[in-house]
Amino acid sequence: MPGEDGYQHDLLVIGGGGAGLRAAIAAAEESNRLSIAVLSKVYPMRSHTVSAEGGTAAVMRDDDSLDTHAKDTIFGSDFLADQDVVETFVREAPGEVIQLEHWGCPWSRDPDGRVSVRPFGGMTVNRTLYAADKTGFHMLHSLFQTSLKYEKIVRYDEWFATSLLIEDGTVCGVTALNLHDGRMRPIVAKAVIMCTGGAGRIFPFTTNAAIKTGDGMALAYRAGVPLKDMEFVQYHPTGLPGTGILITEAARGEGGHLKNKDGYRYLQDYGLGPPTDTPVHRKMELGPRDILSRCHIQEHQKGRTFDGPYGHYVHLDLRHLGEKLIDKNLPFVRELARNYVGIDPVHEPIPVRPVVHYMMGGISTDITGKTSLDGLYAAGEAACVSINGANRLGSNSLTELLVFGARAGRSAARHALERAAPRSNPLAQLASDERRRLDQRFLRVDGREKIADIREEMQKAMESGCGIYRDRATMEATCQTLAKLRERFAHISLADKDAVFNTELIAALELECTLEVAETVARSALAREESRGSHTRTDFPKRDDARFLKHSLAYRTPDGPRIEYLPVTITRWPPEERKY
Amino acid sequence: MSEPRVERPGLYYPKLPTTWWLRNTNYFLFMLRELSSVFIMVFLVLFLVELYRLSQGPKAYGAYLETLRAPGWIVFHVVALAFALYHSVTWFKLSGVVQVVRVGERQVPPSLVTAASFALWAVVSIVLLWFMVRG
Amino acid sequence: MSDATITLEVTRYRPGHDREPHPQSFEVPFQKDWVVLDALNHIKDRIDGTLSYRWSCRMGVCGSCGMMVNGVPKLTCAAFLRDYRPGPIRVEPLANFPVIRDLVIALDDFMEKLRRVKPWIIRAEEKPVSEGEYRQTPAQLETYKQFSMCINCMLCYAACPVYGLAPAFVGPAAIALAYRYNLDSRDEGYRLREPVMSDAVGVWECTFVGECSVVCPKGVDPAAAIQRSKLAGATDWLLSMVMPWGGRR
Repeated sequence: MPGEDGYQHDLLVIGGGGAGLRAAIAAAEESNRLSIAVLSKVYPMRSHTVSAEGGTAAVMRDDDSLDTHAKDTIFGSDFLADQDVVETFVREAPGEVIQLEHWGCPWSRDPDGRVSVRPFGGMTVNRTLYAADKTGFHMLHSLFQTSLKYEKIVRYDEWFATSLLIEDGTVCGVTALNLHDGRMRPIVAKAVIMCTGGAGRIFPFTTNAAIKTGDGMALAYRAGVPLKDMEFVQYHPTGLPGTGILITEAARGEGGHLKNKDGYRYLQDYGLGPPTDTPVHRKMELGPRDILSRCHIQEHQKGRTFDGPYGHYVHLDLRHLGEKLIDKNLPFVRELARNYVGIDPVHEPIPVRPVVHYMMGGISTDITGKTSLDGLYAAGEAACVSINGANRLGSNSLTELLVFGARAGRSAARHALERAAPRSNPLAQLASDERRRLDQRFLRVDGREKIADIREEMQKAMESGCGIYRDRATMEATCQTLAKLRERFAHISLADKDAVFNTELIAALELECTLEVAETVARSALAREESRGSHTRTDFPKRDDARFLKHSLAYRTPDGPRIEYLPVTITRWPPEERKY
Repeated sequence: MSEPRVERPGLYYPKLPTTWWLRNTNYFLFMLRELSSVFIMVFLVLFLVELYRLSQGPKAYGAYLETLRAPGWIVFHVVALAFALYHSVTWFKLSGVVQVVRVGERQVPPSLVTAASFALWAVVSIVLLWFMVRG
Repeated sequence: MSDATITLEVTRYRPGHDREPHPQSFEVPFQKDWVVLDALNHIKDRIDGTLSYRWSCRMGVCGSCGMMVNGVPKLTCAAFLRDYRPGPIRVEPLANFPVIRDLVIALDDFMEKLRRVKPWIIRAEEKPVSEGEYRQTPAQLETYKQFSMCINCMLCYAACPVYGLAPAFVGPAAIALAYRYNLDSRDEGYRLREPVMSDAVGVWECTFVGECSVVCPKGVDPAAAIQRSKLAGATDWLLSMVMPWGGRR
């Protein structure tokens, strides 16, 4: 909660997940003169980083090199990653994971006491550190508990940021709604860092938590900042049917097999073979996520998947790994499979299917986390600094939130140190205007539209148009549906008019954000007439470097997103055909 | 007991009813365990008196034993024995939880510690019993 | 899909309107793979949008959705309707906590206590990152791992009658986390945590009901952490009496 200065800070971090907490700590270490605030719509330890399972990539061993990590990442990105950024990323990764070790993260260990590394999809060597299969959970709690050490870091827990405050082209804070009393307040800061995570909830079937509604992306987008590479949505090949609960890639890293309904390891039919008993890097089940997800769909089209009440699925078979290994390295997988599908992976294969997992795109930032708007920074899944390009490699995102969370924290701190405090009087006015806007929009009208209806229709439209395989006609239909939903949203009706903990109001605000983010995804996807990484067009099945070796930027206009392009930075790895 | 907390307006502060321990079996068993101490305490007082009487000579001791033969006291002792056993069982069951035993780097499973505690208890009881029967 | 339904009796409390909480019944479709949280979401989306509760990951790791289900503290994302047939199912806010609204409880007390036990690595001297990681063997990791699994879901506080009667009690989760750092081979903060742990509202407030460990969804066993901390504290005290020039650690 706010300190003596009321709602005035030097630095304001929106979002208390891995990136936000790392940024806040980095800023606190950068200067002890700074007042730092972390504002989140949930308590920090509820943030979605908590659900990450498999691990965190960094070069830790002699058999590995920074160049190999960079090359794997760039190759995995289908050459859409900015290579200068990737080089910085792999260079700073080892220091970050060691820093986290010093902060108490319970990394799994080798007998000699070093942190262990495991294989992961698309990586050439073992470089994924892990804490059994609850890596994100342990990272988040280590960061959160460490952040408690810094008295300079104050928190606004369960506050929802509704808009960015901008004066003379510079960010000077946010307006935010305190869930506990329903009051809107301006929170003034010289720099704001968006660490609000992705927007998996624009889709019906996702590993993402309910809170992943792209709030920060929408806030930046409304303030004129472009969203970069939004068309690239990662499907994780192994989620539980029905719930979409993630079964980590580490299950395959440890040696799990994907089998079709005939018990056949079908990935060998798609150029990922030959099948071997022990896992081989980048082959078979350790192929990258985009390719594995496409293989699943093709296997389904051949009629070789299982059919269940929640659609088609295949088997993830861990039985041959044995109970001991499963309990040591994959205990959460066992817990989830037992609890949610009633299956014990020690004795039975787990039903899995591809599921929306991660947004490669996000708020466009430079290598320091800075956006095009003065005073606004972003990091983590909310941002697109561009290490993931068209397809992220598993275990790079936890590293990303550390490396670029810290970078954004440091650069925003320096920015804040140089700037004078914004005047707060006009800002108080802006906050009461914002409150009035919300009241008029949501609480004083009696609309006819229900939140759940619009949400479900949006999710359905996104799944049909922006799924694993895409084509012009369905994407155009999706864009039209989204435009219509945006109109319908204006007539939304809320039953809850109370001030205290009005979760229906929050759901409406989140829905507004998801609608905007969904439109940027669909429009960017429609405009990219090629297949690259996770973006696969049946009408343009080939990668087209001549036209599309560039980032797309979605800018907000009253009629929906306007798409522009930005060149990709290539340093040492010229584009080549991506084959595993 | 601790300071009363400051209550903030708007929040509802639930009060734990005095019958909270009837809500579930574990709470009830916990209360029984707490109650057992009363019986064990009374037994110990009786025992101290017994020792005191013994020091006063065979006559005083005999009279005291006679008093204890009253049906009320016998019932008390049966109940006290039951409580003492219950208390001991719960105590030994907890030993594995509380006392971490390591052999080298490995932790001995708590169930094994508990089992060992019970075994030790049995051995000591048998030895005592043997002394009593023999003597 | 069948036409079967099940009734949820959900606690409602609107601050400023209600003097105290009261139950409200909702009939929801019975689906065999639905959890209580799914039923609440159905109510919110389709029956009554004013119902307030917290949830997020729906996979038992974020710790948001703890509530009393038929009087027992549960993560509602892991409590299946089928286990409560034929119902009705009583859904109440976590016991022992102040209620903000409906099923939403106030957590600030725990957040303050968590900070008080200093749940971070404390070292006399920090090693620079450039010197690499601290070595820690799998066995050393194993000693504290269990206590690092706490998701702060607050079920243990809801199960603890001591916390209900004496809210100043530091409580199971916070003590378990303090103990977790005390056990960590990288940590040197035992002495700094000791005053909080052996405080009048610290470990000695616990009477070992043990229900905290029964309801813990992650097998943390906070009761063990508390009793072991008592043992360590007592041993320490005894050693300091016998050897005033310095006991263990």
